[in-house]
Amino acid sequence: MGKEDECEAPQFTIEQFYRFLSEKKLMAARCIKCGTKYLPPRPICSNCYSRSLDWIQLETRGKLITYTIIHVAPPRLQSLVPYAYGILELEDGLRLPGMIRGIPDNEIRIGMELEVTFESAASEDWPKWPMYYFKPPR
Amino acid sequence: MLVKGKPLVAVVSAGLSKFGKMEGFTGRELFIEAVGDALQRCPDINLRKDVKAVFVGMMSESFEHQGHIAPMLADWAGLLPAPAIRTEVACASSAAALRMGIFSILSGLYDVVLVGGLEKMTKRSTLEATEFLGMAADFPFEQWTGVTFPGLYALMATAHMHRYGTTEEQMGLVAVKNHHNGALNPKAHLQREVTLDKVLNSRMIAYPLKLYDCSLISDGASCAILTRPDIAGKYTDKPVYIIGSGQGSDSLALSQRDDLTSLRAARYAAREAYEMAGIKPRDIDVAEVHDCFTIAEIIAYEDLGFCKRGEGGRFIEDGTPMLDGELPINTSGGLKSKGHPVGATGVAQIYEVFLQLTGQAGKRQVEGCDIGLTHNVGGSGATCFVHILKGG
Repeated sequence: MGKEDECEAPQFTIEQFYRFLSEKKLMAARCIKCGTKYLPPRPICSNCYSRSLDWIQLETRGKLITYTIIHVAPPRLQSLVPYAYGILELEDGLRLPGMIRGIPDNEIRIGMELEVTFESAASEDWPKWPMYYFKPPR
Repeated sequence: MLVKGKPLVAVVSAGLSKFGKMEGFTGRELFIEAVGDALQRCPDINLRKDVKAVFVGMMSESFEHQGHIAPMLADWAGLLPAPAIRTEVACASSAAALRMGIFSILSGLYDVVLVGGLEKMTKRSTLEATEFLGMAADFPFEQWTGVTFPGLYALMATAHMHRYGTTEEQMGLVAVKNHHNGALNPKAHLQREVTLDKVLNSRMIAYPLKLYDCSLISDGASCAILTRPDIAGKYTDKPVYIIGSGQGSDSLALSQRDDLTSLRAARYAAREAYEMAGIKPRDIDVAEVHDCFTIAEIIAYEDLGFCKRGEGGRFIEDGTPMLDGELPINTSGGLKSKGHPVGATGVAQIYEVFLQLTGQAGKRQVEGCDIGLTHNVGGSGATCFVHILKGG
């Protein structure tokens, strides 16, 4: 698709998900035909194969359903260890994994409420997506 | 048309290289060591004449900066111009090779094929290996956001502990058991016992998983020779038959799965394999399961139906899977002690069960075993294979 092609709605892609993140918006895709929601978005519904989708903006608060404290990380993240990491359950059962910040490791509990926070600066490294974290709500 | 319990293929021989930090050896050299081992165990086969195709599993080109390995391994094993294909489904890559080998025989195309796998991991640093293994996780939402492979299993472990009350001690007992068995296996990477105290006090990798909850970064290769069941007698007096083969898939990202305490792909693969074999979990005499982390073995007990959901911790505490228990599990030492050269692991499990069912397992031999099972998981569980084997 050439640059002159203007899409009406942004494509339901992972790149677009991260573009929204850099605008501090947590966006999921919803299939208009069958109602299935996708986080990350998918361009075609895996449930009914429809291409009719729309974007929904999600509440950034969710419940922590599991976590770990990572002590050995790949080279890119080794300077951050130890860091906490978990899976957040958002509205409608949609889930997002990510790093947890702003809380001592020994106070992290399954079931606690956390909120997604956005780091607006995109990474210098490939694939140049912005990072997001979970932290206790203000 | 498949008939319940009817052999799919025969395993007429299997071979394994030494597992460990095999300094000075490349992957291909380890692979032909495994092939040589299989040949020694089955002198009546003429590899060059009989083997009509090669299927080999390897997870990552990154370790040795080497792609296109299948024809190269066929060459080094003296099998040219037999067709050769590499299979990749992370840590289950060679179980995939095995299954492709089974399909190729069932299709009627080939009578004899060689399957196997390899990985040469230890020349890389731990951080590099962590990064390469991490590629089997979902990049945009797992690797990018900071989770590691031990981290993914740690997320399952925390969830299992929270839901079922599973303890770090119970996970530690898996490591103690597998090191005990590995100490009896001359091909194991770490042939030494560990105490529960040592496991629990080892350094943290990803809470609640400590160093001794994690399998090893190893070098090694495995192979097995498969034939049509009705011609196995040409090659050996003691064939083993594969009577069930199952495989399932799940989302690559752990967070997308409904249940974090069980692997749906494993439950699916197990059901398929048990149904094909016409047997129940209680009929299994010996099993090799994918203990990439101690929690993974506890979850495997449950997914394979050896105990109820949530009771995996008590299952190890009760001693059932010990070498002298009712259902010995990971008699080889498992990934934990034998080692985990990821691409070799699936067929290495077949090798161990082959030895057990033919009475060749030496000091770790389980007496009177007739039916064995292997369970090989890819990544954090997006792929799983279960195979069921029966002695001749």
